[in-house]
Amino acid sequence: MELLEHLALGFSTAASWANISYCLLGVLLGTAIGVLPGLGPVATIAMLLPVTFGLPPVTALIMLAGIFYGAQYGGSTTAILVNLPGESSSVVTALDGYQMARKGRAGVALATAAIASFFAGTVCTFLIALAAPPLSEIALSFGPADYFSLMVLGLVASIVLASGSLLHAIGMIVLGLLLGLIGTDVNSGTARFSFDRPELLDGVSFVVVAMGVFGLGEIIANLEDESPRSLALTKVTGLMPSREDFKRMIAPILRGTTLGSFLGILPGGGAMLSSFAAYSLEKKVSRHSAEFGQGAIEGVAGPESANNAGAQASFIPMLTLGIPSNPVMALMIGALIMHGIQPGPGVMVEQPALFWGLVVSMWIGNLFLLVLNLPLIGIWVKMISVPYHLLFPAILVFCAIGVFSLSNAQFDIYLMALFGILGYVFRKLGCEPAPMMLGFILGPMMEEYLRRALLMKKGSAMVFFTRPISATLLAISAIALVIVLLPALRTKREEAFQK
Amino acid sequence: MLLRIRSPKDFGAGLLYGGFGLTAILMAWDFGMGSASRMGPGYFPTALGALLLLIGIASLVRSFFRDGKPIGAVAWKGAALVTAGTVLFGLLLRPAGLVPALVALILVGASASARFRLEWRASLLMLALIAFCALVFVKGLGLPLSLLGPWVTR
Repeated sequence: MELLEHLALGFSTAASWANISYCLLGVLLGTAIGVLPGLGPVATIAMLLPVTFGLPPVTALIMLAGIFYGAQYGGSTTAILVNLPGESSSVVTALDGYQMARKGRAGVALATAAIASFFAGTVCTFLIALAAPPLSEIALSFGPADYFSLMVLGLVASIVLASGSLLHAIGMIVLGLLLGLIGTDVNSGTARFSFDRPELLDGVSFVVVAMGVFGLGEIIANLEDESPRSLALTKVTGLMPSREDFKRMIAPILRGTTLGSFLGILPGGGAMLSSFAAYSLEKKVSRHSAEFGQGAIEGVAGPESANNAGAQASFIPMLTLGIPSNPVMALMIGALIMHGIQPGPGVMVEQPALFWGLVVSMWIGNLFLLVLNLPLIGIWVKMISVPYHLLFPAILVFCAIGVFSLSNAQFDIYLMALFGILGYVFRKLGCEPAPMMLGFILGPMMEEYLRRALLMKKGSAMVFFTRPISATLLAISAIALVIVLLPALRTKREEAFQK
Repeated sequence: MLLRIRSPKDFGAGLLYGGFGLTAILMAWDFGMGSASRMGPGYFPTALGALLLLIGIASLVRSFFRDGKPIGAVAWKGAALVTAGTVLFGLLLRPAGLVPALVALILVGASASARFRLEWRASLLMLALIAFCALVFVKGLGLPLSLLGPWVTR
């Protein structure tokens, strides 16, 4: 069995002392930032990237991945206990989770969330192990035209699934693509958009952009409203769900996992959309639909399994195709590049230990989260009560010093400040920064594939329609775009995001 | 007919996209367009810039015809102080050293919050943060920075 061999290799890599400790560190850090409102996984991973330079690539990725899925756990803890979702993906968990807590079932709600997440995490680990080899195989036969069309599909999907206005999603992607082109053109050596600054010749590091937009921009946005948070903390008692509870959570967990795995693979999907979709699905199909909003256990189990599944499934396109489906995956790709590994289908063949070690570490990390989180709840609850005015200067310090350590240049600090202001402006104008990050990473890649595809066919754009893979991908993109632009569906989509 | 901006957010975003798009087109002018079979360095940026300009115009037009939410209060003080603290950190880092730069960043940055007071808890936290950074980044990761720069030691 090839699968077992792969997993065995993964275990031997992930189970080394160093990797296990960094995995544990990652999930604990992830949970902590998931608990803290106003500090998300994107900013945290960007801040920690420079610190992981000294580590071996596997270890670095294992820790960064742990932060990502650990944040999903942390976010739901605060959503249930104090009705404050730490992450956007746990917003729906607060609906029924907090009501359960108010009825004295906080322990059961937390246990349900942990069990649902763990189950989804386990399924997704196997899903990645099963889906990745054939996908990489297909990807290896991709030509430049196919890659270009795949990226178009990726961007279209993130437009379709973006939560805000369609026009702004497209605008932000194009803006990101443009910003990604800053620096020296690899083919001609022309300096583009460099404003005669030598520092810009190598392009803008995505870490600078991520820290500016998601770190500083977020801080400024949070300073708008400083009214103290009222914390009506509930006491946690009785962790063990009853037999009846277990019976009611099984089906939602299965449905949530399926939905999350599917949506997570799509660019722009990921954890948040998955949890929203799972909640509305459960509300529709449940026999207890009247209880929703008043503490239905299905309303916790479904979204919690979906957001964890979505978070982990988003690793599939990143690891097999080298294409990020959300800003965190864009950072992971950046981490690979910094460690000298070219992301794409080659990773699995050339770095099998890294690939399978990372996959297996996710399962180990989920186990840590299941076992450790419930006993540590006291600590997480204390962390919520850290006032923001004491927290944000620390974020500021880590952003500033972290961005400096990238290449020991003060210029990056000023650039980050600029992107911080820009990030705040985006927020004020209702423009989502996440699609911009995708465009930013994909910009140079898209240009290169477009150039190569056109060069081979002497400038004829027909190549995108005559190659079967490319034509199929473009057709799917076109259909998806047409569907969301149809007026009838458009109102439906807007309704769906209203909820 | 008098046109009125009905969606300030769309209007602002339209200006932003249009500005970026136009700048990109104008700057890419000098890069060399090439042809489709041999794309020059200006080809892709010009195409993207034109697309962004169109999106900007669409957003501007829409802002006159579709109602939108107001932009809301702007955190001028927060934005100014957070940015000022960060820039100050960059300016002080080499000449004054890491410790004074951090003090400046923390004090200027933190004063962006209306709730910030330099009481014992905040001061203690600041000292801990500075000690942590000095240990982890300078001693541990070996960043080429002196804790106290020439301005202080001379």
